[in-house]
Amino acid sequence: MLTAIALAALGLGMLGPVGAALARRPFGNAIVYGGSLALSALIALAALVHLAGGAGPVAFSLPFGLPWLGVHLALDALSAWFLLILGLGGALSSLFALGYGRHEAEPGRVLPFYPVFLGGMALALLAADAFSFLVGFELMSLASWALVLASHREAESRDAAQIYLGMAAFGAACMLLCFGLLAGTEGDYRFAEMRAAPPTGLRASAVMLLALAGAGSKAGLFPLHIWLPLAHPAAPSHVSALMSGVMTKVALYALARVLFDLMGADQPGWWGGIVMAVGAASAVMGALRAVLERDGKTLLACSTIENVGLVAIGFGLALLFRGREPGLAALALGGAMLHALNHAIFKSGLFFVTGALLVATGTRAIDRMGGLIHRMPATALSALLLGMAMASLPPGNGFASEWLLVQAVIAAPRIDQLAFQVEAAVVAVAMAIAAAMAAMVAVRFLGVAFLGRPRSAEAEGAVEADAPMRAAMLLASLLCVLLGLVPSLPLQLGAPVLRMLLPGAEGARLAGGWIGPALAPESHTAYGSLALAALVVLGFMATVVVVQRLAVPGHRRGPAWDCGFRAAPTERPWGNPAAQYTAGSFGQPILRILGRPLLAASEQVEMPEPGETRPARHQSGFRDPAARFLFAPLQAVVMAIAERVNHLQFLTIRRYLALMFGALVTLLVLLAALEAR
Amino acid sequence: MAGVLAALSAFLAQALHLALMLAAAPLLTGFVRLLKARILGRRGPPLLQPYRDLWKLMRKQPVVAANASSLFRLAPYLHMAFVLAAVALVPSFANGMSFAPLSDLVVLIGMLAAARAIVALAAMDVGTAFGGLGASREMTFAVLAEPAMLMVVFIFALLTGTTQLDLTLSVLRDTDLGVRVSLALALIAMVAIAIAENARIPVDNPATHLELTMVHEAMVLEYSGRHLALVEAAAMLRLLFWMSLIGVLFFPYGLGRGADPLGWPLGLALWAAKVLVLAAALALFECAIAKMRVFRVTEFLGTALLVALLGAIFLFLSTSLV
Repeated sequence: MLTAIALAALGLGMLGPVGAALARRPFGNAIVYGGSLALSALIALAALVHLAGGAGPVAFSLPFGLPWLGVHLALDALSAWFLLILGLGGALSSLFALGYGRHEAEPGRVLPFYPVFLGGMALALLAADAFSFLVGFELMSLASWALVLASHREAESRDAAQIYLGMAAFGAACMLLCFGLLAGTEGDYRFAEMRAAPPTGLRASAVMLLALAGAGSKAGLFPLHIWLPLAHPAAPSHVSALMSGVMTKVALYALARVLFDLMGADQPGWWGGIVMAVGAASAVMGALRAVLERDGKTLLACSTIENVGLVAIGFGLALLFRGREPGLAALALGGAMLHALNHAIFKSGLFFVTGALLVATGTRAIDRMGGLIHRMPATALSALLLGMAMASLPPGNGFASEWLLVQAVIAAPRIDQLAFQVEAAVVAVAMAIAAAMAAMVAVRFLGVAFLGRPRSAEAEGAVEADAPMRAAMLLASLLCVLLGLVPSLPLQLGAPVLRMLLPGAEGARLAGGWIGPALAPESHTAYGSLALAALVVLGFMATVVVVQRLAVPGHRRGPAWDCGFRAAPTERPWGNPAAQYTAGSFGQPILRILGRPLLAASEQVEMPEPGETRPARHQSGFRDPAARFLFAPLQAVVMAIAERVNHLQFLTIRRYLALMFGALVTLLVLLAALEAR
Repeated sequence: MAGVLAALSAFLAQALHLALMLAAAPLLTGFVRLLKARILGRRGPPLLQPYRDLWKLMRKQPVVAANASSLFRLAPYLHMAFVLAAVALVPSFANGMSFAPLSDLVVLIGMLAAARAIVALAAMDVGTAFGGLGASREMTFAVLAEPAMLMVVFIFALLTGTTQLDLTLSVLRDTDLGVRVSLALALIAMVAIAIAENARIPVDNPATHLELTMVHEAMVLEYSGRHLALVEAAAMLRLLFWMSLIGVLFFPYGLGRGADPLGWPLGLALWAAKVLVLAAALALFECAIAKMRVFRVTEFLGTALLVALLGAIFLFLSTSLV
């Protein structure tokens, strides 16, 4: 299986140059995306077989790469799980792109990088040494950076790409230092060696913090999330789907690999408290921003921050429970892994939806859409199903994983330390706030974009997406429904991951359509997704039958009542579209309640004097605290330093040589001093 | 044989429970309305008026807005389905009914959220200002009510070790937990949440059509005929659902067992008494207090959330002292 996946990754890498060569040909699109589709599906299938077959880890090494290191690849349960996510997300995105790519203005800026992006992620997931991992990680970052720049004529995209590149460099630097500390002074960068000698004490904590900063910045954890709502929407929609759905998961994989696997189980529990706090902050801030954003893709990117936060909460809880309550650790980690999979699928699907909307209406602003359920029924249906999954409502798949996480957090007070108990209560509140806001985000997005009256001529003339796009969206929503009805199936598949990362969690087996009880028998609680769905369907059918018996049949159409609102004139059969709630007005109560304290939101009303004929204006806005308190000061410091050292660029050659000599001597002295010790 | 009998009895309890909830929900609404009218010195509508209203609405052909999609017509049925499923899971007179293993409190929160989201979507469908206003406010209130509710669940889970309602009730009924400050705080929070969830005064006014003060009514403004009948019936069911839930969680004494029909009469009598007391309290409260401004509601629900959080923290302190 490892060979198959490695070959598929290599194939993806080689599709890049093919894409560059064929970018201007009419069939280039089909070849690149068709090839990516096949290879991604192959990866997903191989990962599935590995997980289901219960095979142990396999590894091999290649004789190239760094001379003393080589390239080590390995496939174990953890990488197989995330390869499954990558394969599914990649296959769906490629399928969508078969249709969507035809609307691309400059395919030459997308086709060469898209397969390389996928290949880089596959390499990062397969790598069994720090060097190969970082090569894959960087390939992923750079390819996606190029893809963010695909629409380079827009100043927004350029700014987003620049910030993204900076954050990617920061993340890579943190990961590099993290692996450097893990390798120790012996300097063996193979994962197997790191695993054999886990760090202890202060160094271990430093590794943990570096991994959290490095992987967290890539995954979009608060407060390093600032680039994500800028970069993810700027890329073409199928790439946004991959960035939000899969790339953040690769970052979470890195976090899990370091925290659970490489560092061993013998680490302090308070780490969990930190990871949990970061996750809870991300969940709330992400959901809050998602309620306020007016751009369809930006609000989905913000919701990604929320969901990544939820996964991080699961990781934190698992770290906390590890070694104390193995069953509960399995519950938390199982919830996190399942949520990673669920989020990958529903968020990819929702980005497809925004892509279809972009093609149909030419805009990303949901305030210029409306009423699309009439003109794009298939897109609307998948959007409804995917939106319900994002809103974590039963019986959607988002609810199943969130249910597991809530159960884990409710059980957290068993750790008999007051600080953790209070934290668990606060995190539970944060999760519930995030979940309720996620529901609000879904209702707002679906309600403004698909329901109501068309808000623009483009929305009125929109046509349904083409066949591959529809197929990808419907497939994603179908997968969501399936995963929601039988969440125990993916959990069973992921049980080897739990057994691998949590020694002592042998009980991680699951039964039937019920999740929960076998995962953590001590919690005495279960979620019967299938039975519950059957109950709701039964209720639905009973209601329909009773109403059919009792009520008069049929209905009449008439103008909207709206408390006696004036009937629409004939030239505008549906009235003035401005007289409905917009994305901004829908989020306004939240802007006032939570936006003011958390996002420094402001609202100004500009009223004309009596007698003046100009319209009154209402303006509202907010600023992310991470931008205000972290990035703005940081930027100021960097600029100040740059200003100071600027004169170093204008020295004579003698001085440059002197500087170099000085640096060499200093390093030699340092080396000598270290040798002497 | 005994097992089969017990299962049969549990099924009977389930069927009886559902039938009772369906039959009694309009009666409860009628009772509250009548009581409120009497307190205000009016004669008030007859007790059975809600049944007549529902029947009248059923017999009227609905008028659907010209641009409404099929979602609009489907929503009342879906909403009803989720409310019915939730109602089936909350015990009234006996626990251990057939569907008991499904009755997880977190799942119940999710079911109510799903029901709410469906109506909010339907409210956005016609594209009127009132629909959007109602949907936006309803979803906003949920942002504060849901965490408060989860905190209440958290408190019960700390006390009983589970979030499954049926097991929780067994533990509460069969063991003596003593008088707990946390439970009192949870009760306060839960009552506040129930008031918001049922769109009662001071959060919302179920009787108003004064445009800017309404939340839930604004969402369902476009509904008529059988659709409106379904929405109204679901609202009545939800009121009874919350009263039953508060009743069993905080006063579980005398609750029957699904497998033991001999205990049902007592359970039935106690359930009726609990619901009557709560309904009377609701009527009195609604007459005594004025509706608040929309942005005061957040303070009201925020206080409920903090009270519930306080309850949880009290519990941590008291259990670590023991």
